[in-house]
Amino acid sequence: MATVIAARTFRPAARSGDRLFRLLLAAMAAAVPLILGALLVALLVEGWPAITRFGLTFFGSSTWDPVARQFGVLPFIYGTLVSSALALSIAVPLGLGVAIFLAELAPRWLRSPVGFLVELLAAIPSVVFGLWGIFVLVPWVRSGLTPVLKGALGFLPLFQGPPLGIGMLTAGLILAIMVVPIIVAVSTEVMRAVPTAQREAALALGATRWETTRRAVLPYARSGIAGAIFLALARALGETMAVTMVIGNVPQIKASLLAPGYTISAVIANEFTEATYDLYVAALIYAGIVLFIVTVLVNVVARLLVARVGRGIEAGRE
Amino acid sequence: MAGLATLSALVVLAPLFFVLLFLMRTGLGAINLEFFTALPGPAGEPGGGMANAIVGTMILGALAGALGIPIGVLGGVFLAEFPNTRLSHATRFTADVMAGIPSIVMGLFAYILVVLPLRHFSTLAGGIALGVMLLPTVVRTTEEIVRLVPQSVREASLALGIPQWRTQLSVIIPTAAAGIVTGIMVGLARIAGETAPLLFTAFGNRFWNWDLLKPIAALPLQIFAYAISPFEDWHRQAWAGALVLVALVLVVNVAARYAAGRQVRLR
Amino acid sequence: MKEMEAERTPGRAAAALIDHTGGIEARGVHAWFDQVHALRGIDLRITERKVTAIIGPSGCGKSTFLRCLNRMHELVPGARVNGEVLLEGRDIYAPGIDPVLIRRQVGMVFQKPNPFPTMSIYDNVAAGLKLAGERGRHRLDQVVEQSLRAAVLWDEVKDRLGKAGTSLSGGQQQRLCIARALAVSPEILLMDEPASALDPASTLRIEELARELAEDVTIVIVTHNMQQAARVSEQTGFFLNGELVEFGPTQRMFTNPQDKRTEDYITGRFG
Repeated sequence: MATVIAARTFRPAARSGDRLFRLLLAAMAAAVPLILGALLVALLVEGWPAITRFGLTFFGSSTWDPVARQFGVLPFIYGTLVSSALALSIAVPLGLGVAIFLAELAPRWLRSPVGFLVELLAAIPSVVFGLWGIFVLVPWVRSGLTPVLKGALGFLPLFQGPPLGIGMLTAGLILAIMVVPIIVAVSTEVMRAVPTAQREAALALGATRWETTRRAVLPYARSGIAGAIFLALARALGETMAVTMVIGNVPQIKASLLAPGYTISAVIANEFTEATYDLYVAALIYAGIVLFIVTVLVNVVARLLVARVGRGIEAGRE
Repeated sequence: MAGLATLSALVVLAPLFFVLLFLMRTGLGAINLEFFTALPGPAGEPGGGMANAIVGTMILGALAGALGIPIGVLGGVFLAEFPNTRLSHATRFTADVMAGIPSIVMGLFAYILVVLPLRHFSTLAGGIALGVMLLPTVVRTTEEIVRLVPQSVREASLALGIPQWRTQLSVIIPTAAAGIVTGIMVGLARIAGETAPLLFTAFGNRFWNWDLLKPIAALPLQIFAYAISPFEDWHRQAWAGALVLVALVLVVNVAARYAAGRQVRLR
Repeated sequence: MKEMEAERTPGRAAAALIDHTGGIEARGVHAWFDQVHALRGIDLRITERKVTAIIGPSGCGKSTFLRCLNRMHELVPGARVNGEVLLEGRDIYAPGIDPVLIRRQVGMVFQKPNPFPTMSIYDNVAAGLKLAGERGRHRLDQVVEQSLRAAVLWDEVKDRLGKAGTSLSGGQQQRLCIARALAVSPEILLMDEPASALDPASTLRIEELARELAEDVTIVIVTHNMQQAARVSEQTGFFLNGELVEFGPTQRMFTNPQDKRTEDYITGRFG
């Protein structure tokens, strides 16, 4: 029928009840970005004295000397990055292994319990890991792991120095335990989201289970797994209690993994209540801002990567 | 290859096993009535308990809930009912950002907001730090759950001549209530174990405190303080505290899984 | 609501609930889903106190038409309506008319029974009144009982009004939904394929119920089942591709259709 008839579009009349309720809901929803905004403002305002005083030299200087009013965060950045990198280098292969196990290999009856146990691992509070770290992991690293490492690889600068038990290595280990569940959870979900059609096609062509996983599933899941790694990284960067209980809390930059270190979150945790003058507090807040920016950026990248998996699968379907 | 994957699973689950083992071994031994009823003893002397820390954690949880639950649930409902407005996109994005902020930074926020003006540590500051951490979790799970309410329920209500706002308030939200509560419980269990944001907000207290403007003890803070102390009796009490904390978290997680399973079966 | 005593026959029970009923008339109704022109100029008068069936193949617009009668169509994003629908002589689409009030006057029962999942049987039936602010316990009790009697469900559930609405069988749930719709005293009751998700025994009960209720409240029933239309209705409208092809007494439509397309559909040549 050719004639265009002006059609009335009927919005259900916005009764006052509807409008009021919607306003209430919207106000609550608006509170969320407002709170984040307040957070940013608060940090900037209180960190400002340190930002203006130290500027970018904050990042280049290794001197953290509250007495002399010198604040440089390089050792903490080093400690944060190295402990996180170490954690990921352990957690990623292990986590992927478990994810492949759960998504592709495990019999149905095993999936739920194992998945549940991994979730439990994620639910254990940081301070409990720290406690276990101090009394179980540290002694083991000191008397069990370190001699083995020194024996086999002692010539490397990575494993120089006395076996203290506490230090970068232990911190990396405990962080690995804490972030592995993230890798497992996200990777499993991402791999499960790959359509069965892909797997079936590969199997029909005669591929083994492992070949199917490698060729039909992992390529699709690639950016999602990368996202999982970034999420784990963000978590490791921000982790405070377990790290500060086993890393030694010495602001230094040493090549050896056996040496004590310090992270940004650990120094804030330890020194904030001891900060006796305003610039000290501001410097710690400045460090907190740095941590904040880095973790948020890593998180945003992670989410973009995970979102890409969904789109990749949709594109693959066409 | 299957062998390697299975091996990874065992390696990954081993620490869980070891942590629980040590919790039971060392922690159980130190759990007694005194632990739950007494205040911390003087440094170096055996005895005393974590009664005030346990109660403190509950008070902080209640405060965090008072902040995080109303805003979180209603905000989440907004996201589910009006998903495509600019505000919705902004809220979703900021909630995701907030969920990724390290807990110690939340502590800094509460410090600046509450501790600085009041000039001392307080329960209120601790509650706000934890509440701000609870908020994004509640928002996201609420949105997810409300979205799952079938269209047919909404249609049935509207077709009866029930206005939209009444439908949202008295039909949609109650239908989603069970899932929302589960999400809240899981969120509360998570923040109950947080230590870092309390270090310079709630700060800890050796005595009972009912004043919102004064520092308060909390279980994770007490565990931390005892763990790094030089006293063996305190170390054992730290394990006991950790056992209580983990037991709490475990129970809530199992209950949440069970509830989620039931919801699925109801459909 | 009129004064009443507990009545046995469902017709009477419904009579106690329904103040008055009338017909409803569509004049030049068009409807769109975004760019899709789903209804093309429907003119149809539905007579009071009768069951009118709307039949036609899938996608012909019959459900869309039904939803234009209680202003539910416009709830779909991108949906548009034109034309007039006269209830008691007044256009329900006139500017300023509150659709919420229209939906109280024109009730609806859906294809898949949809009792409110968290509410008891009692609360389900009472929902329409309660959520409009009715608080009087006695009055609610009365309405709930009358509505359940009118839907021929009272005897089966009277001892377990507090049980969940979803604890009933499919057929019972649908009668619960009918009771719920009747409880707000509508003038017209729309039924969108009310029995298609039910077993044959429940289907017959729903059909019987529709015939009985029509004595007190005008029924419009959409169905894809021609035999059902023949059993249940006094008047039938045949829709095809968004148009009303033929409308008239059911008996005549099935024995002596006026339009070739109607004949083809009835004899099963398509659809």
